[in-house]
Amino acid sequence: MIDQSVTAIASHARLDPGALRRRGLTIGLMVMSVALAGAGLAAGSDGWSWPSFGDADARLILGQIRAPRTLGAWLTGALLGLAGALAQGLFRNPLADPYLLGSAAGASLAVVVVLAGSSLSGVAVGWAAADGLARLGLVGAAFVGAFVGVGLTLALARGAQQTPRLLLAGVVVGVVLSAIGDMVSTAAPEALRGKQAFMLGTTGFLGWSSVAVLAAGLVVTLPIAWRLARVLDALTLGEDSARSLGLALARWRLLLVAVLALATGLAVSQAGLVAFVGLAAPHLVRRCAPASNGYTLVASAAAGGTLLLAADVLARSLIAPQELPVGVVTAVLGGSYLLWLLRQRRLG
Amino acid sequence: MIRRRNAIARSARVRGCGLLLWLGLCVTTGMPQAQGLRAAGEPRAITLIDDRGREQILAAPPMRIVSLLPSLTESVCALGGCDRLVGTDRYSDAPARVQALPKLGGIEDANLERIVALKPDVVLAAPSARVIERLESLGLSVMVLESKTHADVHRSLVVLARMLGTPAAAARVWAGIQSDVDRAVASVPTVLRGQRVYFEVDATPYAAGEASFIGETLLRLGLGNIVRAEDGPFPKLNPEFVVRAQPDIVMADQRNLDEMSRRPGWSQLHALREGRVCGFSNQRYDVLVRPGPRLGEAAQLLADCLATLVVSPR
Repeated sequence: MIDQSVTAIASHARLDPGALRRRGLTIGLMVMSVALAGAGLAAGSDGWSWPSFGDADARLILGQIRAPRTLGAWLTGALLGLAGALAQGLFRNPLADPYLLGSAAGASLAVVVVLAGSSLSGVAVGWAAADGLARLGLVGAAFVGAFVGVGLTLALARGAQQTPRLLLAGVVVGVVLSAIGDMVSTAAPEALRGKQAFMLGTTGFLGWSSVAVLAAGLVVTLPIAWRLARVLDALTLGEDSARSLGLALARWRLLLVAVLALATGLAVSQAGLVAFVGLAAPHLVRRCAPASNGYTLVASAAAGGTLLLAADVLARSLIAPQELPVGVVTAVLGGSYLLWLLRQRRLG
Repeated sequence: MIRRRNAIARSARVRGCGLLLWLGLCVTTGMPQAQGLRAAGEPRAITLIDDRGREQILAAPPMRIVSLLPSLTESVCALGGCDRLVGTDRYSDAPARVQALPKLGGIEDANLERIVALKPDVVLAAPSARVIERLESLGLSVMVLESKTHADVHRSLVVLARMLGTPAAAARVWAGIQSDVDRAVASVPTVLRGQRVYFEVDATPYAAGEASFIGETLLRLGLGNIVRAEDGPFPKLNPEFVVRAQPDIVMADQRNLDEMSRRPGWSQLHALREGRVCGFSNQRYDVLVRPGPRLGEAAQLLADCLATLVVSPR
């Protein structure tokens, strides 16, 4: 009986080893996410502790700080992972990351302008812009900034038809916008402190309102991305082949860019420029379980969430009661993983 | 000017919202006008307006205070509220007794969980959007105070003294600062009057201009500044500007001062060649660059250095 089922599984595995690996990765990511969420609730400022529910302050800390932070970190990572997989599929380039289309530079410029707002009041135009952005708040401003960045890139590339044009425009917009940001922070040095915090990324200030926004973002972007996976599959054959399959490429690509911008803009505005999650998550998925774009997109979101949540727990607990910027941890984690991957490839 | 008008408009808006909220509270809880009918002898609520123009109403003087800015930590202590501090940012190190308090990170990476666990009645902070938003959403009162000039320091002291329930303390501390500064002014050799100073706040280089509180102290001491007030309080300078301006006296952190003559062209600075420099150790430099109750001490530090300089009259 047992022998039979073992042979059945073995034959199943022989038939479709990819499906088994995919299932393994799915289960692994789910288990890790749940385990890390538990760790996220227990990892506090005084080391590992499970606060008692009797105390009102402990409830506040658990319910209003640790829980939304843990959930928010996972959701932010998921949006970045999804955006990374979309970017790498769209550009058919393993180096592509979600910040490629000018969204990062746009968001950080908006943040700097808000932070410098008060001291720029001498400059009438700057002040008007800063006042408008300040009303939005830092989070709203970063979101608008990310979209303006991507919009500029699209305008410069005259739409999303040509990949090299889009990439080049994204790089140029990124450079120009961050240069303007540097200019503003030179004129108003007090903005530097906040700008640095934004560039490093932080999950420490995610509340339930942030979680709601991030969750809504994921609920909107993930199904659209799933639907667009077929377009990405067609694109892997080359643009001409995709066109010959009858795809209205221009329209689909524009939609892809819009979803990419939405996912990135939401993540960046809530948590800052968290490094490497968007780049590493799709690699991790493709390495563990090569599959079509549909699975890769969804699994990349889960992998991104797991990665950022792990980084968040580490950032909180490594030098507790102090905290590391979460961006530093993701860069070290993601970076060393990619290095290891490169080494494996060379050896293999 | 524009900023102030904006702040007033904002505070009016906030007050409008506050009134609505208060009305709502009265209706839902059926409470009569809480403040008007309060019996005599009960602690009166304190209404304060912080630098965002936002009104803070505290039921009583706070007994548990968290400060996230060194100059505010020093101010609270100078006003006699040191024993009410329960935590500070990682940079607050004066007076010595605050070093034993829990350190809660910096203003941009403050440790929310530890702050909340300390149950503060009020959190004092510099302007910084993210942290303050979050602290307020967690139900904490946050007072935002920022000082760039002597007048700002005075205003902050007045607000903090009212908050602590000892409004008279502000005048006492301010008078102490003034008498310290006056004493420092008297000890500056008259031959140094009008000498132009380059005060470096960062090696990139950023300078403290006439418009900054450091520049104001230097002016009080009878010294000029190579950076005019219209260039802003702490402008980033072209290194060439400093060389061309040929300051009579150079003041900086000792480590920056040591490598200054190795910067291209800076060896030509007469002040450096002739040793008309004031280098300050880390601890003393902190006193100089914090706009708080130690302004008088800072003036004295500057005067002490000036007294050692031998300068030929211009």
